[in-house]
Amino acid sequence: MNIKLKIWRQKNAKAKGKFVNYSLDNVSPEMSFLEMLDALNNKLIIEGDEPVAFEHDCREGICGCCSLYINGTPHGPGEKTTTCELHMRSFKDGQTIVVEPWRSKAFPVMKDLIVDRNAFDKIIAAGGFISIDAGSSQDSNAVLVRKEKADEAFISASCIGCGACVAACKNASAMLFVSAKVSQFALLPQGKVEAVERVQAMVAKMDELGFGNCTNTYACEAVCPKGISVTNIARMNREFLYAKIS
Amino acid sequence: MIKLDSKIPEGPLAEKWTNYRASQKLVNPANKKKQDIILVGTGLAGSAAASSLGELGYNVKVFCFQDTPRRAHSVAAQGGINAAKNYKNDGDSVYRLFYDMIKGGDYRSREANVYRAAEVSNATIDQLTAQGVPFAREYGGTLDNRSFGGVQVSRTFYAKGQTGQQCLLGAYSGLLRQIGKGTVTMYSRREMLELVVIDGKARGIITRNLVTGELEKHSGHAVILATGGYGTIYYLSTLAVNSNGSAAWAAYKKGAFFGNPSFVQIHPSSIPVLNEYQSKLTLMSESLRNDGRVWVPKKKGDKRPANDIPEEERDYYLERRYPAYGNLVPRDVGSRAAKERCDAGYGVGDTGLSVNLDFKDAIAKQGKKAIEDKYGNLFEMYEKITGINPYEEPMRIYPSGHYTMGGLWVDYELMTTIPGLFAIGESNFSDHGANRLGASSLMQCAGDGYFVIPNTIGNFMSGEIRTSKISTDAPEFEKAEKDVTEKIKKLFAVNGKQTVTSFHKRLGKIMWDNSGMSRNEEGLKKALKLIDELKEEFWKDVKVPGTNDEINQELEKAGRVADYFGLAKLIVTDGLNRGESCGAHFREESQTETGEAKRDDANYSYVSVWEYKGDEQEPKLRKEDLNYEFVEVKERDYK
Ligand SMILES: Cc1cc2nc3c(=O)[nH]c(=O)nc-3n(C[C@H](O)[C@H](O)[C@H](O)COP(=O)(O)OP(=O)(O)OC[C@H]3O[C@@H](n4cnc5c(N)ncnc54)[C@H](O)[C@@H]3O)c2cc1C
Ligand code: SF4
Ligand code: FES
Repeated sequence: MNIKLKIWRQKNAKAKGKFVNYSLDNVSPEMSFLEMLDALNNKLIIEGDEPVAFEHDCREGICGCCSLYINGTPHGPGEKTTTCELHMRSFKDGQTIVVEPWRSKAFPVMKDLIVDRNAFDKIIAAGGFISIDAGSSQDSNAVLVRKEKADEAFISASCIGCGACVAACKNASAMLFVSAKVSQFALLPQGKVEAVERVQAMVAKMDELGFGNCTNTYACEAVCPKGISVTNIARMNREFLYAKIS
Repeated sequence: MIKLDSKIPEGPLAEKWTNYRASQKLVNPANKKKQDIILVGTGLAGSAAASSLGELGYNVKVFCFQDTPRRAHSVAAQGGINAAKNYKNDGDSVYRLFYDMIKGGDYRSREANVYRAAEVSNATIDQLTAQGVPFAREYGGTLDNRSFGGVQVSRTFYAKGQTGQQCLLGAYSGLLRQIGKGTVTMYSRREMLELVVIDGKARGIITRNLVTGELEKHSGHAVILATGGYGTIYYLSTLAVNSNGSAAWAAYKKGAFFGNPSFVQIHPSSIPVLNEYQSKLTLMSESLRNDGRVWVPKKKGDKRPANDIPEEERDYYLERRYPAYGNLVPRDVGSRAAKERCDAGYGVGDTGLSVNLDFKDAIAKQGKKAIEDKYGNLFEMYEKITGINPYEEPMRIYPSGHYTMGGLWVDYELMTTIPGLFAIGESNFSDHGANRLGASSLMQCAGDGYFVIPNTIGNFMSGEIRTSKISTDAPEFEKAEKDVTEKIKKLFAVNGKQTVTSFHKRLGKIMWDNSGMSRNEEGLKKALKLIDELKEEFWKDVKVPGTNDEINQELEKAGRVADYFGLAKLIVTDGLNRGESCGAHFREESQTETGEAKRDDANYSYVSVWEYKGDEQEPKLRKEDLNYEFVEVKERDYK
């Protein structure tokens, strides 16, 4: 296949960026999207140009490193698919693909397609944990947890922190990410003790960092590669309300 | 002269850890506040250690090369984490877990360390559960278990096929809690490029800020490495592609000895190589062998689609060769058996380099829903990559580089041969001998971090309470920084025509062909020569674009590959020295008539411990003799 690429290039956080066009031959439908970018970079390096910087590590959809707006959608066209899991068989010969970094005030561009998602760590540090020091826990089976609750908590906990939800949201809201963590702990008995403080601290931090409000457009849920549902947001709102009155 | 002292505490096996803790020196809380610890790595080992040391009151500075600690490679672990809880009432105990690991490691690990790893496993599961890790549960609300290879009990805790993610996120939340409290300071997007040793003690590191390119000096009273394994030396492996061996290599060059470098685990089941562009081999967890059956056609070169091959024409070769363990043989055995069938011409797929992993029977018996509940995400992953639906057709799998049992040599306190330098998690050589059993790495990493290092580091730190803050103005820091600057300059100066990745691929192929699942003297000797030639070519013709003072991913890769040439030679040298077969190290010269690995206890019952003597010099071999006091050394038999 031949693929035409239109890629956002930006030297560093301060520089002004622009789109640059590339054409790449011999793309195989079996290649992953990132392997296609590897091939482009290989070509650029040999021709004496600078390769395109993009983030990646596990290349199997679990670390949350990879990002990329592909033809206007975070993580591209696949359903519940991260960019690294996307394969070129999803594109057609001769197609033009536009590749951009996450666009969000909370995630400034650092270089080309790499953005700074440090804000997520700050939110977790504000309250996204259960306060238990090593050595003070009791036997795991001392507290029973209903299977369906544990399974539900697991689904919320499977968020990979990629930031696609923020990138897709017109308000740059981090509600899906934050509510997934709040939900995981709200569903488990271990998390109940600090539930009030947790939701307040995390929401306050989220607001402080400049993430926008949620206006229920559900764009986040549509792009989330892990299928994190907006029901988490509803649960967090209930937790928040409860925290206020208690 | 550095003496190899493993510092194994006195007493019966089951009392060693208790005795050790009762007698080790402590640091009082007021003094801990004045002590700085540098910790490199935020995988399960590093994150668990960081939070625990922070809880104790030390000042901890933590480093990782990703943008956030939560993305460390541990996040990708799939199948599970072991503990000797005996919740299943199936005869499990700390001793049995210890024994399984000793046997699984083919009697090439240290009894005392392994026993302790088994001993702290129960507290580790409790800690993770308390942190909110949503492990799978039974309908009655208790934790569920599954089986893993090489054992006959069910002791593996899991969270679908995402156990590593869930455990890491638990440990990460503990780490972030300490960051919020100010006991731990996080330095992400930093790569440690050099270790600083002052008066014989590890006192700091040089890091490159991966955003600005600036070299930074960080000092501490002690340094802990939790930098993971070096499986990416094969280029294609199941590891996250940025995993590397450079931190361990830097420590080795500064005087930390390296233990059993050639002990590398090749995992029997990953998605096979499909094309030449492939950048990674995705693991299909061992847990799948609880329900999946491995087979190849009985007829050589049978190219019919798997579903068209009738039952009686299938060779379930693991069940045939190893009736007692069947599909759940240990990894090294499973990998070699797959290679044997493929080499003999029975492999499936276009390349003939894969075998079937079939769920037909399990789906018929338990229903699709039950299988989906257990392995849903793995099946999805498989389909996304290959375009094939494994509910309908068997998966095709093949072995690939996965885990390094070898690593920095450490004593019972997890201290390397450089005083004040510790190594935890996969980066050390300690607990898995010549082969690691499934679900025991997460167990070791978390155990090292939560319960071992917080207890053992005190012995060293208690000797440092009168040492004031270590100044980064020391000449040793200057020198280390200068060395790093020189290396970076040298990499740019080559300005050749070939990409870093092309060299990495070629190195990987040399290692896979000659120092992979099966090794022989001729191949290993050839590999030494090929590595030298490739290294020379690298330093003449590699192209590193861009500059130092910006994000430069090619520069990062170049430094890691440059280090891998040295480590590759060390692996091969170790493999050459070890003339026996044991665990994952299969020397063709040493096998039984039926093709099983033949150990040679009379000559090789030791840990090979290598000392760096210079880039152009042969490393020096020392031996830590393995004296089995508590278990009887037997032939490892899974039949
Ligand atoms: C696909 C896969 C599945 C697995 N599944 C299982 C399983 O089910 N059960 C099990 O027990 N084990 C499993 N394993 C093995 C297990 O995941 C690893 O052995 C374990 O996670 C290693 O953890 P770690 O903390 O030692 O290091 P890692 O998680 O590898 O972390 C290394 C850390 O060090 C940092 N680092 C490295 N070098 C530097 C440097 N120079 N400067 C700064 N930072 C640096 C990295 O940023 C990272 O934070 C699996 C492995 C793979 C590959
Ligand atoms: S909620 Fe989904 S989209 Fe948002 S960070 Fe988590 S995984 Fe990514
Ligand atoms: S690279 Fe890890 S999720 Fe895509």
